[in-house]
Amino acid sequence: MDRYINTPLTKEVCKDLKAGDYVYITGKMYTARDAAHERMYNALRVNESLPIELKDNIIYYMGPSPARQGRPIGSAGPTTSSRMDKYAPELLDLGLTGMIGKGKRSKEVIEGIIRNDAVYFAAVGGAGALLSQRIKESKVIAYDDLGTEAIRELTVENFPVIVVIDCEGNNLYEIAQNND
Amino acid sequence: MRTINVDEITKNVKEMCIEANHFLSEDMKKVFYKALEEENSPLGKQILLQLDENLEIAANDMIPICQDTGMAVIFIKIGQEVHFIGGSLEDAINEGVKQGYIEGYLRKSVVKDPIYRENTKDNTPAVIHYEITEGDGVEITVAPKGFGSENMSKVFMLKPSDGIEGVKNAVLSAVKDAGPNACPPMVVGVGIGGTFEKCALLAKKALTRDLSNESPIEYVRNLEKELLDKINSLGIGPGGLGGKTTAFAVNIETYPTHIAGLPVAVNICCHVNRHIHRTI
Repeated sequence: MDRYINTPLTKEVCKDLKAGDYVYITGKMYTARDAAHERMYNALRVNESLPIELKDNIIYYMGPSPARQGRPIGSAGPTTSSRMDKYAPELLDLGLTGMIGKGKRSKEVIEGIIRNDAVYFAAVGGAGALLSQRIKESKVIAYDDLGTEAIRELTVENFPVIVVIDCEGNNLYEIAQNND
Repeated sequence: MRTINVDEITKNVKEMCIEANHFLSEDMKKVFYKALEEENSPLGKQILLQLDENLEIAANDMIPICQDTGMAVIFIKIGQEVHFIGGSLEDAINEGVKQGYIEGYLRKSVVKDPIYRENTKDNTPAVIHYEITEGDGVEITVAPKGFGSENMSKVFMLKPSDGIEGVKNAVLSAVKDAGPNACPPMVVGVGIGGTFEKCALLAKKALTRDLSNESPIEYVRNLEKELLDKINSLGIGPGGLGGKTTAFAVNIETYPTHIAGLPVAVNICCHVNRHIHRTI
């Protein structure tokens, strides 16, 4: 089913999304990948506050290519989510409701999704040029020194994603493969 | 003897890095559009259409096809009658990568040390494979490799008694494990034989072989076809969301090996499989 949603991504909205739904997101989301996750993880170990508010927010696992002049961002497709599996359950418990990436997730992440009424979306891997056009603004808000891996706040319009794991733990990767 | 100034190598490598990251090669186009016609899963077809639109935007607006513009893998075949002047060949290749990635707005994805992980900020160094051949030609292949698929690649040190069935099982298990992570539809490069490192290199090289060229060895050709059929029966599909297009092609390269071994490497590549060649 095609769905159009606006951020913030509340638990109520999550509960209404089902694995297989094609979702167009409008609003704000943050980017973070390997290095930014490691820093946030280390910050939490020493009780430091995080540079982003997690509650009802979405993290997009993405590190863009540089923007050409006059454009907000370069190519901007998803990276492989499983590398963030070590960090995701804790972020979900702190209020994160959405993750966008590509590929499989661990049992621990799926349990975290169910426990917190969250959702895991996939964007199409390798469609970075197309996805970049749905990003209207991009600004680095933390860990600037990490370059492409810095945390960015994105403003997106009808950003296309697919629900892979819904809040009940239904997993589209398993459903889709078994159907064919 | 032919004299070549290394500046010419720099210029070509630079252009090739930019070209490979924005335009799909002709052999990839053929398999892509064939799959687009034949895919019958509605979601699979939708993903392929999205990828088609992505390719068009990339080429028209000069936005890299994928944000992971890869680590630059470069094969260079050098005729033994060639004499390079104007500086170090290796420096010239890396200078080409640097200029291409900076001037082409490509992502800098290389870290200086695998443990301390400080970005080199210009995507150097490249991974360079030199080969000395006869004659006075120079042939360059640039294959920027993304790590979504690279991370799903594997080496298997099989036993001779595992035979061709063992090879098939190894390839299929690597593809199954890769699933949606490797940005399917994939291209699967397989190296069989040689030593531990030789089979990995063969697998990488297999990815750069024009997909329209079949293996000259009959059983290898048959194996390529059989594996492609088997892979496309797994149901992984475009984006891992189901369908019959899990791989566009399987390319296999072989080499003599030791009486005690049967090394097999499976190098998985995404649906872009960037590879371009130039002869200088």
